[in-house]
Order: sequence, then C-alpha cells, then structure tokens
Amino acid sequence: MITERVNKLRRQSLDAINCISAERALIVTRFHQSDAAREVSAPVRRGRCLMYLLNNKTICINPGELIVGERGPAPKATSTYPEVTLHSLEDLDVLHNRAKVSFKSDEAVREAYRDVIIPFWQGKTHRDKMMGNMTSEWKAAYDAGIFTEFQEQRAPGHTVLGKKMWSKGLLDIIDDIEKSRASLDFFNDPQAFEKQEELAGMELAASALIRYSERHAEELVQLAQAETDDKRKKELEQMAAVCRRVPAHKPETLHEALQHYWFIHLGVITELNPWDSFNPGRLDQHLLPFYQQDLASGRLTKEEARELLHCFWIKFNNHPAPPKIGVTALESNTYTDFSLINLGGVKEDGSDAVNEMTYLLLEVIQEMRLLQPSSMIQVSKKNPDRFIHKTLNIIRTGFGQPSIFNTDAIVQELMRQGKTPEDARNGGASGCVESGAFGTEAYILTGYFNLTKIFELTLHDGFDPRTGRQVGLHTGEADKFSTFNLMMEAFEKQVNYFVDIKIRGNNVIEKLFAINLPVPFLSLLIDDCIANGCDYNAGGTRYNSSYIQGVGLGSLTDSLTAIKQHVYDQQTITMKGMIQALDSNFQDYQELRKELVFNTPKWGNDDDTADRHAIGIFNLFFKAVDGRQSPRGATYRINMLPTTCHIYFGQVTGATPDGRLSGIPLSEGISPVQGADHCGPTAVLKSAAKIDHIKTGGTLLNQKFTPSFFDDNESYGKLTALIRSYFRMDGHHIQFNVVNADTLRDAQKHPEKYRDLIVRVAGYSDYFNDLGEDLQDEIIRRTEHSDC
Amino acid sequence: MKGIVFDIRRYAVHDGPGIRTTVFLKGCPLRCFWCHNPESQTSAIGTINKRRTLDGSVEWLASTVGKEMTADEVMREIIRDRLYFEESKGGVTFSGGEPLMQHGFLLEMLQQCHEEGINTAVDTSGFATSEVFSKVAATTDLLLFDIKSIDDQCHYETTGQSNHVILKNLVSLDVPGLRLIIRIPLIPGVNDGLKSLTETINFLKTIRQPVERVDFLPFHRLGQHKYEALGLQPSPKLPNQQATTNTREALSLFSAAGFRVKEGG
Repeated sequence: MITERVNKLRRQSLDAINCISAERALIVTRFHQSDAAREVSAPVRRGRCLMYLLNNKTICINPGELIVGERGPAPKATSTYPEVTLHSLEDLDVLHNRAKVSFKSDEAVREAYRDVIIPFWQGKTHRDKMMGNMTSEWKAAYDAGIFTEFQEQRAPGHTVLGKKMWSKGLLDIIDDIEKSRASLDFFNDPQAFEKQEELAGMELAASALIRYSERHAEELVQLAQAETDDKRKKELEQMAAVCRRVPAHKPETLHEALQHYWFIHLGVITELNPWDSFNPGRLDQHLLPFYQQDLASGRLTKEEARELLHCFWIKFNNHPAPPKIGVTALESNTYTDFSLINLGGVKEDGSDAVNEMTYLLLEVIQEMRLLQPSSMIQVSKKNPDRFIHKTLNIIRTGFGQPSIFNTDAIVQELMRQGKTPEDARNGGASGCVESGAFGTEAYILTGYFNLTKIFELTLHDGFDPRTGRQVGLHTGEADKFSTFNLMMEAFEKQVNYFVDIKIRGNNVIEKLFAINLPVPFLSLLIDDCIANGCDYNAGGTRYNSSYIQGVGLGSLTDSLTAIKQHVYDQQTITMKGMIQALDSNFQDYQELRKELVFNTPKWGNDDDTADRHAIGIFNLFFKAVDGRQSPRGATYRINMLPTTCHIYFGQVTGATPDGRLSGIPLSEGISPVQGADHCGPTAVLKSAAKIDHIKTGGTLLNQKFTPSFFDDNESYGKLTALIRSYFRMDGHHIQFNVVNADTLRDAQKHPEKYRDLIVRVAGYSDYFNDLGEDLQDEIIRRTEHSDC
Repeated sequence: MKGIVFDIRRYAVHDGPGIRTTVFLKGCPLRCFWCHNPESQTSAIGTINKRRTLDGSVEWLASTVGKEMTADEVMREIIRDRLYFEESKGGVTFSGGEPLMQHGFLLEMLQQCHEEGINTAVDTSGFATSEVFSKVAATTDLLLFDIKSIDDQCHYETTGQSNHVILKNLVSLDVPGLRLIIRIPLIPGVNDGLKSLTETINFLKTIRQPVERVDFLPFHRLGQHKYEALGLQPSPKLPNQQATTNTREALSLFSAAGFRVKEGG
C-alpha cells in the first residue's frame, strides 16, 4: 500500500534531526534594517516583510517528493520569529542539549544570532513590549503559576481553513480585495484609511505567495531539465505545471488541491508563528470532489491518489513547532504543532458527511503513523457505526490517534455562541479539542488557568507558600470560614480577581498584536477580514472568541470533597489541622493522607458527593469568564484542557486536600485524578457529562484501555456504544489511550497511580491492581505480544 | 427483600451481549477447585485481606466481602448505566457465586428489571431445584449456563457435587424466546479431552432449548492470589502456569457439530 517513494520520504522525515534555521530571522532582520520597513503602516510593512521573505528564502525540493515547499531550507530546519520573541545564545544551548526533542544549532546559526539577530532585536520584540506593559499583579500571578500566557512567544492563531480557499485562487482573492477597496467610504467611515492600508497589506501578502509558488515552478523546471530519469523528469514537469496554477488559480485536480493548501499552510506559518500552526480542517469534505473528478476522468487511480495523500501527510511531519525560549525551552519539550485533521461529522446542510474520502484518509492515517498531522474523527448521531469501527481499528494500535469528537455537541456549542447553523456545521475542533467555526472565526486561546492553585491561595488568605508572596486578595484566614459555603465565596472572589488580571493582560496583548503585528496573509483566508478591511489580529473575522483554559478540575473537585467531608461534615480534622498537614506536605500526617486518598469520594465515579463540586467549580469559572468582551470585539469563553500544563501547574502547587503531594501533576482536562476512578469507564463518562459541555469551547477526557478491549467486532461494538452514550450526554471529546506493556510495568511499581486501569484477564476484566503479581506478569507478556 | 451482594461491576463486557452491569450474588453450592472467586463461595458476609499501596509502601487491610442490599438499592446501581444498555443493547447480568442460591432475591430483581425495561441475563451453574430453575428461566431474557464436566464422577471430584441435577435442569429447559448460551471453562485434564468434549456435544444435541452459542473460557491460574488473601491454600490440583488447554480443538469440534462458538465470554 505504501510505495517505495513514500517509504523513503517518510523515513527521511522521521530521521531528520530538528535544527534551528536562522534563515528566516536573518531575512526578517535585513528587511527591518531596510527603508522598505520604515515610515509605512503595520499591515503594509508586514505584507512587504512576507514578500521579502518568500522572495529570498531557499527553495527546498526534496528528491522524490510530489508535494513541494518547506518553511525552512530543509525538513525539520525550524524557523524562528525574532519579531515575536528572541532566542538568546543560552536558549540555543538549552535547545541544542535538551534531552528530549532537541533542536540543534551549528556555529553559523550561533554566529548569525550573536552578530546580527540579537543586536538588532534586543529589547524590540513583541515579548519585550508585552512584558513591559503587564502590571505587577499580573507578573506576581504569572510567576506564582496562576496562569500562563499563550501570546508571550507565539502569535494568536487557533484558526482553521474553511471552504472558501478550495474553490478560489489568490487571484480571485485579489479581486475580492479590489472590491472591498472600491467600497471604502472616505466620507463617513473614520476607519477608511486604516482599511485601505490593511487591504494593501493583504494584496502584498497574496502576491508574495503567488511569487513563491512561481519560484518553485522555476526550480522544478530546472530540476526537470537536469533529470536523467524519464519518469521523474515527467513528474517534475507536471509538478512545475501545478505550481504555476496554484495557489494563483483555484485548484482543479487532487494534486493541485493538495499543493494549493500546502502553499497556503506555508504562507501562514512563515508570516508568523501562530498557535496550532494551521490546518486544512474538514479534509474529507474538501478533497472529495477533486478525487471523484480525477477518478472519473481517469486522471488518477485510487492508489495514485493515496500516494499523493501520503506525500501530503509527510509535509506536515517535516514541520515541528517553533521552539520556545527561557524556562519554557528548558522545561517543556516543544511538542508537535497540533495540525488536527477533521474527518466525518455533518455537512453544511446537517446531513451525514462521511464519504469515501473519509475512509481513504483513515487508511492514510494508519499507513503513515506520523505525529503530524494529528487526526480526529467527528462523530454525529447521523454517522454510521462502520466509521467508528474503522477508527477504533487504528486506535487499537496505540499511537493515540485519532481522537473522537462529538459533532452534535460542537454544533450546539458554536450555536450557543451565536454562530449560524451552517457556520457551526462547517466547524469542528482544532489544536487539542478547541471548537471553532472553520474559515470564519478567530478563536484565540490566551492561557491556562490554575484553578487548584487559586484554591491553595484561598486556604492561605491569598498568600502563596511557594513564592512567599501575597499574590491573591486577602479573603480571610481559612479557619475563620465557619461554613463550606463561606470558604467557596472566598474562593470565588480569588477566581474573579485572577480572571480580571488575566483579562486585563489579554486585552493589552491583543492590542499589541493588532497594532504592531497584523497578519495580512492569514486575514486573506478567514472571512470576513477582506470585506471588513480588518486584520485577523484586530477582530476582522466574522466571529471572534478568546478562551481561558481551566486546569485541575479533578484535583480541585477531590480537594473540595475532602474538605467538605472531613473538615465541615464529619469534623474529623480542623481547617487549621488540614492546612498544617498540607503545608508539611503530609509529613507526620500519613494516616490522614490515607483517609483522603482511599476513603474520600472522588470525581469520576458517578458519585454525586464528589461530582457536585465539579459542577460548582465549573459554573463558578464559567460565570467569571463567559461573556466578557475584548477590545477587538471578541467574547471570552472557557474550555477545559491542559495540553501538558497540568504538569507545570502541579509543580507550582503545594500538597492538596485530596492527598496529592506537593509538586505532583494535577489532573488533566476533565479526567479524574490519575487513578482515582475505580468504577469503570461508564462511571467516568457519566461524571464527566455532569458538567455542561455545551457551555464550553472544548473539554478533554482521556481513557486508558489495554489492546485486549479492541479484540474483535463485538468489542468494537461495545466501545462504539460507549462513545455514543457519552455523546448522547453531550460529552465533547474522548480519547482512548491504548496502554502498552511499559505502562503496565509502571503500574506494577506505582499501583496508586493506576487504580483505574482495567485489564482483560480471560473472558472477564479486572482492575490491574487487584491481580496477583504473577497474573500481572502474564498480562504484561500478553500485552507485549499484541503491541503493534 | 434483601440479598447478599459481593460486587457490582459496571462496563462488564464479557457477561452477555452489549455493555452490562454484573451483580455478583454471594454463596455457591459448588467448590470448583479452579474457582477464581473463592470469596464468593460462602453465603455469609466475610473478610478478605486486600493489598493497598501508597508511595511504594504496602499494607494489608481486612476488607469486608459481601454487603446486604435491598432490591431497590441494587436497582439504583443498575439504573445508573441504563443509557449504555440502550445504546449497546446490553443490560444486567446476575452472577455469583451461584445466583440461584438467593432465588427469592434474584426473582425480585429480575422482575424489577423487566418493569424498568432492562434486559437480564443469569449466569448459573444450573445447580438448583427444578422449581427454582424453571422459575428463573421463565423470568430472565438470557441464561448463561455453565457446564463444568459432563462426566458425573469427574464433576463430583472437581466441584464437590454431582452434575445430575444440573444436566436434568438443562434437559428439561423449554422456554420459548429464552436465549441460552452454554459456557464451558476449559480446565486442563478435567474437561478438555476429546472424550469429554464429544460427550458434551452429544448431550447438547439432545436438549430441547436451542443453544445460541457455546463459549469457551480458557484456563488461567486466575484468582489464586485471592486464596492467600482469604487465608486459604490454592488447590493442589491446579494445573501449573504453563498448562494450556486445547481451546482450538474444542472450538473446531463444536463448530463442526453445528454450534456457534466463541473463545472468551
């Protein structure tokens, strides 16, 4: 199924070593040193900058490939964005030597940084401006680990290509720009001039990408002339023809459609480093007509189409996320860039969208087994079971893809926010789990919000034991809260206080981007920036949302349950005693800790004693954030996802009343605390569905299974029913993590972390922890055997 | 009415069709030497030592096995997963122990489930009076009927009871619409020989109630850690870890005889 060519390209992509390329930074610096960058409006400057970049960057065409174009000069040669954030020489060292996901930099890169890039950008980056504009309260909260800031090192992104660009070329877009320009009203619209400048920037950006594709065509013609292999020569000539047509004109064939998108993708990620890179969205919908036409006209066979798709897939994997600076570079591996391909769901008219391209793409996902692009399926009640079964068949191989989303919930979420049914149905999820209207919305994530830490501060009258600073409000000594409700009122005050700080910061950062770093290229793609003559970063899109992502729901729920039960209801310990236990990290409080860990109800067991606190926290957080407005006209919303931030937030949060020790990761997403659920998956999903997912823009739920739960058609049927049940309860997302033998070995060593782990024994299932060691060993052997 | 329940498991996916909640009733008249739920054998509430680990330190705690529950209380647990039953065409399975030992309670539960529109299965050894057996068979939607050994002598030696009553119950079974799945735990040296398998086939051909499927549960040294936790010794008769049953032969023999078969439940 995989051709020799694809095998080679895939291998090449997997083997390529991440490195820093200074090329982009050098070109951008050179541009900013030139007159072209001076005395012009920001959108024109950015348009010219992109033009200069694309005219001068190295054209990379890898041997054997069918889809061309790299952001850097070679696969995995990763660009940097000094106008946003500047890597120091120490950062380059850290990235070079980092144990996991390192980025190598050679002497030439270091020299370029030392002699050109750093001297020019020092003190002038977006990050410098941003930090200079934050209040001392913001900085204290940020240092304490109350929240993170997404736009500190990367530009606002979180958007996905909609339908428009699959039936338009950039020349058509330039026509649209012309029309918008013609309608400018210099008599009555005080913004007319700004709009004219923005439209000028957009036109520059569109022309820049057209020129970039022509440069590829020229290079391909040269390669074709030099090529001795007749077959490859013909391919190169054909690829040159494709690059002359797209993205200037609308694509007509599958090959053109894929190359068209890929140039657009490169345009977005070269212009700036937006979060979640970018992604083609509902790929099975978009590609189907090209595929069908090509098959019908005899232009392509199914296998040739598959090969093109394979080549397309590999392009994503060649592009790691731009690496971070400072502490973030040290502590977090810069992970993949979250291009999340959406399959399935419903069409604009609400009907079942699963088609033959859906199944072909599922095969491609399985055959490629690459981290990027990542993939998800949208499941609507209208989609057939076969679609889910095919997906489970990939999930069972244990590489964490595709994840599974509830279309019907996403549509409801988007409509609650005021989108039309059509725009909602054309949407989906991107990044990790974030709902958005594809092609029409800027839904910008602004940062993770550490709810558990805020509770820790509440128990200490706003004082942070870790940094030794008064970070929060004085809401009173915790032992003076005579009732649980009084404690919760104090907590709510603290949450509101920090939400205010966060939003104030966001509103400033948003302005900085709108004023200094507009994105005229991205603005071409997302409606209605052109018609509005307004940039993506300035609120030009049809829908604008800003998100704050709540983290630690499980840990905090279990903590509140513990306080309610032990301090207020049963009064087995005083609040003072509890806080002493927490401050000592449970040293000398081992018996109390056992009570908290083993004999206190936990979130994730379909037990209202615990679950009602989750609902309470959720509602309180929702109330604090939802509906507030940003300067660009966005509405603030919440979602509940951590990516990997629950680990960092755990590091800065002391021991918690659920028995968690200081520094241990918080619970992730809306999942129960690791190992705290022990009533099986149906109970977990029921708990999870008790919060109102429709009021969020995404929630994340992980479930562990061993491969034995994916044995046969019958088990697929049961898992399908499990998914459909969760979605009937309006659950947003579920991801099955199929555990491998290593995980089971870890579970043998650390059973307390894996109380939820169910394994199939023989015709029945049991908790892994409950099995004798020899049987555990046997299951490990068996799992090893069935690992794929 | 109250019953003694020793466990309620949700997302039980090997105890009948669909997603099920399995209610384990305590007490069993048989003493199969391979039993992987020894704590379910006695009818009375007892204790078992359970291991608990926190930060690597292990402790053993006496933990109660069995809980007295009213039918309403059990029903509340069952109903929690109704949505999953609906989506998967699943339901509730009563297992044990031997659920027919608490037949009064069992019948009340079956009745209540039917009033709620919840599909029921009973996992039984068939060791009960014909009166009890026929009442349960007439009330449940599905019977999971275990056959341990077709040879009476062998049955007596390995389970402590004759199979006379069991086979008689199966022969007399004739309930229109009742689904019947035969379950055979394949124990090396007990019932996995050609003779035993052939005799079981011949017997099953004589019964009136249509057999929907025959499930084979391959032997594992399951649950022996529980014996230690109960302060009991695992049976010396237990085959060793390496002993494997000839599941494939059993599957092909039964299949050739016209039965639908399945490995695992």
